Parts: sequence; structure tokens; C-alpha cells
Amino acid sequence: MNKPGPSVHPYIPNSVPAVKAQMLRKAGAESVEDFYEDVPVELRLKENMDLPEPLPSEYALKRHVEGILARNKTAGEYLSFLGAGCWQHYVPAVCDEVNRRGEFLTAYAGEPYDDHGRFQALFEYASMMGELLNMDVVNVPTYDGFQATATSLRMASRITGRYEVLVARTISGDLLSRIRDYCKPKIKIKLIGYDSWTGQLDLDALKTEISSKTAAIYFENPSYLGFIETRGDEIARIAHDHGAVCVVGVDPISLGILTPPVEYGADIVCGDIQPLGMHMQFGGGHAGFIATRDEKTYVMEYPSRLFGIAPTCVPGEHGFGDVAYERTSFAVREEGKEWVGTAAALWGITAGVYLALMGPEGMVEIGEGIMSRSRYAMLEMNRIEGVKAPVFQSPHFKEFVVNFDGTGKTVAEINKALLAREIFGGKGLTREFPELGNSALYCVTEVHTKDDIDRLVSALKEVVE
Amino acid sequence: MAQQDISKHRFTDGKLNLRRFHQARWDEPIIFELSREGQRGILVPEVEDGIRNEVGDVLAALPAKLRRKQPPKLPELSQPQVLRHYVRLSQETLGTDLNIDVGQGTCTMKYSPKINDQLANLPKLADLHPLQDEETVQGILEIMYRFEQILKEISGMDRFSLQPAAGSAAIYANVSIIRAYHESRGEAAQRDEMITTIFSHPSNAACAKTAGFKVITLYPDQDGYPDLEALKAAVSERTAGLLITNPEDTGIFNPRIEEFVQVVHEAGGLCSYDQANANGLLGITRARDAGFDLCHFNLHKTFSSPHGCGGPGGGASGVTEELARFLPLPLVEFDGHKYYLDYDRPDSVGKLRPFYGYAPVVVRAYAWVMSLGAEGLREVAEIAVLNNNYLLAKMLEIRGVTAPYAKGKRRIEQVRYSWEALTKETGVHSEQLGLRAADFGVHYWTSHHPFIVPEPCTLEPTESYSKEELDEYAAILAHVADEARTDPDLVKTAPHNSTIHTIDRAPLDDPSQWAMTWRAYLRKVREERK
Repeated sequence: MNKPGPSVHPYIPNSVPAVKAQMLRKAGAESVEDFYEDVPVELRLKENMDLPEPLPSEYALKRHVEGILARNKTAGEYLSFLGAGCWQHYVPAVCDEVNRRGEFLTAYAGEPYDDHGRFQALFEYASMMGELLNMDVVNVPTYDGFQATATSLRMASRITGRYEVLVARTISGDLLSRIRDYCKPKIKIKLIGYDSWTGQLDLDALKTEISSKTAAIYFENPSYLGFIETRGDEIARIAHDHGAVCVVGVDPISLGILTPPVEYGADIVCGDIQPLGMHMQFGGGHAGFIATRDEKTYVMEYPSRLFGIAPTCVPGEHGFGDVAYERTSFAVREEGKEWVGTAAALWGITAGVYLALMGPEGMVEIGEGIMSRSRYAMLEMNRIEGVKAPVFQSPHFKEFVVNFDGTGKTVAEINKALLAREIFGGKGLTREFPELGNSALYCVTEVHTKDDIDRLVSALKEVVE
Repeated sequence: MAQQDISKHRFTDGKLNLRRFHQARWDEPIIFELSREGQRGILVPEVEDGIRNEVGDVLAALPAKLRRKQPPKLPELSQPQVLRHYVRLSQETLGTDLNIDVGQGTCTMKYSPKINDQLANLPKLADLHPLQDEETVQGILEIMYRFEQILKEISGMDRFSLQPAAGSAAIYANVSIIRAYHESRGEAAQRDEMITTIFSHPSNAACAKTAGFKVITLYPDQDGYPDLEALKAAVSERTAGLLITNPEDTGIFNPRIEEFVQVVHEAGGLCSYDQANANGLLGITRARDAGFDLCHFNLHKTFSSPHGCGGPGGGASGVTEELARFLPLPLVEFDGHKYYLDYDRPDSVGKLRPFYGYAPVVVRAYAWVMSLGAEGLREVAEIAVLNNNYLLAKMLEIRGVTAPYAKGKRRIEQVRYSWEALTKETGVHSEQLGLRAADFGVHYWTSHHPFIVPEPCTLEPTESYSKEELDEYAAILAHVADEARTDPDLVKTAPHNSTIHTIDRAPLDDPSQWAMTWRAYLRKVREERK
């Protein structure tokens, strides 16, 4: 049999020569070259790009990519105690089932009619987050918790007309880097230290630094270092006494058991929804939320899309649409609030599925289960000679700082030895918090069994004793 | 009752007929309305006795004020009810997998290969923590490294960061790098103006403003080309840079792009190429060859990663060797034996997002390029441009639509059309045509604001749609334009075959009525009833 010329790639239907010829004729062109008449000759590539040989058969491609990825060792294969902004939680099967539906996966920016389901799913996501946070306004997700935090601070600056923010020193170095870059044009960042015994924000330092220039105070609960900030109410009061906005970063999976920050005075609450149904994906599961009360002053400062519910011309029918669209850069370019673009909507839908599956009881149980397991891990680790866990004498949620100064070994050495036992130890903190000595941030969640924790403890004993 | 013969609604005997489309309509309640007390969607792992016996009641140890008083008022549903609810909502969403998605122009709604989704979902990627020891993540680092080499070749740039979360985040990254460059030369305070064009994506203007720059927006010349004279008048010792798309969102390629770059360089500014519309130029022309200092790609557009209802996407920021030291932290390096993350970059603009970017999107983009190769990418570009100019020819056969500017010239990746003539004739607006087109199962998009092109509509066929599909799309618009003349009310009251009917938008702009959550809605409805 004669082959009809070179194979046509399966992704490119109109490569079939006869079709191509027919279309060229219709377009009044001799060849595709005609379409590039505006591209100056000197800018044209003269040769084919130097790219790897392709693998056009789907099977060969699958073999190739799987072969490379096979070199990874995962947190499913090894035992992992890493957290620090990306957390190993169980992802319910229905979360994956929904976000892999082609309709959701491949939709984009259709109208509220063509894409009614997308709008409803995101409205419901915001509504369930609203219940979790006890707040009335939640955005369509932004990129990640970093962006949510940085934007919350700029919102606070616009709301107050002030250009200084006070940030708890205990946040992650990477987040601080993001905040600094994002606030650079106008806003000055001042760090507020912490009590070395408890980790709690230094209220005296806060009172000294806060002034009529302060736009916002930002702290996290639970903090990046895992402890729970117990005086959120006092911090909020100090902020409000000086006309500043209280911004609180929160781990949403803690809110089945921990008081929502709005109840102790937060004005803007932000964070990352990766714990709510997203696989870690080497850091690919992040999406950010921002929540406020339903006050125009706050609502009008969101850069993100906000989906609202609206009636249609049919009685009883719900529709959805963009709330106050004119505040966005889509509507008014640089006159909008910051900018809006493709962010992380699919993870918002997924977090909605997660919250719907978990329900009120599930969120309480998972919070309590995580706290119990991490408490157990702290108690057991603290029994190891030379190991102190936790470093801070405060209640903790799922993460905690472990100090190894008494072991004579560095975190890097310990983690190397744990790795040989197929365990990922906690993230070393020497670079971010040199004052904590030889410390690491450990994370324990609902995926860890007693055996897992015991295995870590006996491995650590072998390594350090 | 005699059944209607539907062959005139089907594609039969090579003859195109319009479908009897109706979007899924489930009248699906809001999820809270489905809640029944006591139902559970999933059970969480129980705390083992060995743990509980040792730690006791951890909640009792919490200060009372920190312990949540009432469980969150989330809905209570069994698992099958949750699944059905969301699958119904998915059916009420018109993904690219379902429709001839050429109507979301500038969005590059191409086919997202399913094999790439499978690869991106593998546990070997899904279960990776980003802070694992480098020796355990060699596979994903290798893919990131290889993909950077690919982007370097496609653009001619020297280094890339895959960290930006999406296109606008990449624009912001590039603006940050431009700022860092001028800071390093002690000129940051002086160079406070960023130039862009009105037909570049609004995020170019918005990101520059967010980063503290004054924005100068150039309008096109009479032929619709970016105005070189206007640029010359705009540059000065205050110019930080130029942020420009090419082809612009009109689909018109700026043939004097090199001169644009030169003018800005002579004024001491840097030039950043927004390559959101790169699809039609793969293997044809490169950012660096036109002299650009920076560029960015949208991995969810050109490189096929699915759009996910609005993300996660992926951005890639490329720069010249001179600017590489400012790229975000960390970069992926290879020492001949192993891949590693390089944090030793003191001049970097720092972290743009947690960790290293959307790894699954990078895997998909890499797999897409590896399926096609250099010739395949060029074929993508050529067929995308062929499709676009073919559709242009079909569109111009419809009475009432024009392709403003650059008369007689070709378009690259998309076309911004104008229905001004039809609107004048019938009073029907472009947006209304779009909502009527939705009745036939397709998307349709006007343009970003402001509407410089009156009654705009932007179509971008990419390489993924067959000739017959393009014919069908054009036939839908021809039909709708015809209806605008014969039955304008039908068009003005559209959609008729959607999940829902015409939305009353007034509450969405009224603070006393708007409701972004169900709880706010219930509260406001109750207040209104009082």
C-alpha cells in the first residue's frame, strides 16, 4: 500500500495535504509563507530549531516521560515529615475525579451562561470557605498563599492610605521575600520579633513599632513554625487602636478546631488551600485565598475576581457573574486594583469538593487527629537524648520546631542519615532562623500512623545516639 | 405523532448543518440546599489508641478562646451526592474538550493531549514534596532543566525561570527584573515609566503600575500597527522599558518590531516581549532575534496545558545572559552528573511563589514539545496561521463584519473583527451575537476593554480544529448575523439554549445586594424581606 506522504500529527488535523491545499486556496494564498509577509526576512529563522528528536507515537512518549519521572522517590514511597508551606494530606478520590473531568479541566473564561457550572462551583467554593472562615467575602483563588498575603497587605495599604506594614518575624523566609518584592514600590516592611521561649509575637515590640503610619499588622495562626499564636485578640486590638488593619494568615485545615481569625479581630484573612484536596505535586498544588467582611471599602480593593449570585429573568433561577468588575485590570487596565489573570481556579473547585466531602464533622475530626498525632510525635521525639521537641512552649497544630543542638549533629547530617532509611526529615531552619541553632521544622498530619511516627523516632535514635 | 427529520441538523453527506444544541440543564441546587444533617462524604483516619492514650484530649489543652465553638456550617452530604452534584456542574461547563473553542481569542484554546494529563497525574509527580533531598527528585528536575533548554531554543533567550504561576505573573516577574536591572545601575528612581500598547494584554499595563511604574500606553497608527512615531515621542531618560505583544491581540504582526526595540534601547530602556500569542510563530521568528531582553510564554496557552477553568497555568520568564542574575530563586542547574537547585544568586528578585512553579504544567508542556519536535512545532505555527487566515476568509463572506486595520494584510494567530456595520444596521451588539452563538454550543469573546475596535470579536483557531469545525463556527456566526436582521429580538434575548437565562446584573454592582457567598446571600435576602 502507498503511504500518502509524511504522517500527519494527531494533534494537527489540517496538515492533511489535500485539506491544506483547499484551505490555502480559500485564503487566497500560494503557501503558508504568504501569511508571514509582515515578518521581516532578517527576523525569520533560517533553519529548523535545534530541539530533541520527537517521540510522535504516544506510547514512546509515555515511556520516555515515565522513564525520567521514575527517578523520583516520592513521599508516598518514603516516609515524609516535610511541611513548611506544602503539606502531605490525604486527597479524597472524589477530588481527583472532579478536577480531572474534561469539562472543568479544559474550560477557561466562558460566559456565565456557557460555563454556568464553573461559576456555580467557584461560588460554592467561596461559600464553603466563608463558613470555614466565618466571613462573607472570599475571592476566586489567586496564585498561591504568597500572593494572597502580599495582596492582602497592599489592600490594607490602599484601605488605610498608609505605607508601612508590621510583619511577624516567624513567617517563612520565602514568603518574606515575596512580600518584600511585591510591596517594594511603596510599602515599608518592618519585622516584629518573637518570644524565644514561646515563639509568640513580641507585643512590646509591636507596641513600640506601631504608629499612625502603620497600614497593617500581619501574623499567622498557626505560624510557619507551627505554634499557635494565642494572643491574636490582643494583637488585633493593638492594630485597631492605631487604625491599622489586622491581616492573619491561616492554615484552612486547622479551622475545624481552631477559632477563625475574624472572631479575634482579623480584618483580612488569607492563606493557601493546598491542604484542602491538592496533591503536593512538587509545589504545584498551591492556590491562595483572601477573605474579608462584606464591606464596600474592603470589597473594592480586591484585585481578584469575585463571583456573585444573581437572579435571572426566570423566577427562582440562579445565575452568577463578576461582582464590581470595574475594579479589575480586565476592565480598566492599569487603573484597576493590581492585576487579575489566569490563577488557580481548578484548585478552588477542588477545595470546594474537599470541604463538601468533609463536612463539619470531618473538619473537626481531621483537625483533632492532626493535633493528636503531632503532639504524640513531639512527646516521643523529645525523649531522644539531645533532641528538643518542640522548641517553643506553646500549643502547636501540625508542625513544630525540633532542635538537635544536643546531639552534636547538624540537621543536614541527620537528614542524610534519615534519607538512607527512606525517611524525609524536617526542613532545616538554619538559613531562615539562625538564632534557633541546629533546628528543623517537622510536620505530622492525618496520613501518619503511630507506626510511622515510631519508625521516625527509632531511626532518629539510631542516628543521634 | 410524526417524528421530525433531524438530518438537516446533522453533518450529513458532507453538508454542514447547524446542530440542535442545548447546554446541560440540571437545575442543580446550591450545595448547601442538598445538605442533610448526619450525612458524611468521607471518613478521616482514626487516631489510634496508642496515640490517644499518650496525648489525651489535645483540644482540652487549647486555651478556650482558641478553640472553635461551633463546627463550621459546611454542607453535610454522602459521597455519591457530592459526586453527582459536581459532575452535573461539570456538565454545565463548556470545556475545550467539548466545543469548537476558537471563540476565546487570545486564549489559545488548543487541544490538551490526554496522555500529558496522565503523565502529570502520576504519583511519581503528585506525591513529591518540593523540599525533598535533591537526589530523590532528579526526575522532575531533569524535566524542568530539559524544558528550559527547549524554551531557550524556541526564543533565543539565554535563561528561563519556570516559577511564575501564569502569564500575568510572568509579566510581573519581568517587570521586577527590569526594575532590579535599573536599580543595579543606580537609575531606578529616574526610570519610572513603562511603555506598552493598547493591543497588548491589560496585565502589561497593570503589572507595571503595580510595580510602581507610570504607564504610557501607545495607540495604533491608522493602519492598526503600533505607532513608531508615538514610541519615539514617548521614550526619554525616564523610560524603564517596553512591554509589548507581537502579534498584538488584533493578530497583526508589527513588522518594525526591531526598530521599536532599538528606539527603547537607545533611550536606555529594556524590552520585554509578551509572547502570549506565540503559537503562530513557533520556529518562524524568535524574541532574541528581534533584540528583546526579556520575554515570557504562557505554558497553558502555546504549550497546551489545559486552562483549568482559569488556572493553574504556567508562566516562563526568559532573559538574556546579562539579566540572568536577576531571575527568581532558585534556578535548576546540571553539573554533568546531577540536577540541583541553585539558590546562590544574590542579585535575584527573590521568590515569586512558593517553591518552583506548577510542576505538572511543566511536565505537560515538555511532553507536548517532545511529541512534536522542531518540525512539528513549526507545523503547529503554520497550520494555526493557515486556520486563522482561512477563518478570516470565511468570516469576511458574512455581511456586516470586517477585520479592521492593515487592509489586505494577513493576520498571524488571531483576528479582532468588528461587527460595527451589523450593529448599525440592526441594533444588535457584538456581545448579544456572542450569547446567541452560545445557543449553538460555542464560546465567543469580544475583547478586553476599552473597545478600541467597535463591536469587537476575537477569534483564534489554533492548530487544533479541523476545516469542517472552522466551517461550522463560521456558519454559526453567519446564521446569527442573519438572525440579527430577520429576528433581532431573538438575538437580543439570547441565550435560549443555555443552562440558565438572562442574568440581572444589577445586584452584582450594588453593595446592598451583591453576595459572594451563600451565607451573605441568605443574610441579604432575609434583610430584604424584613
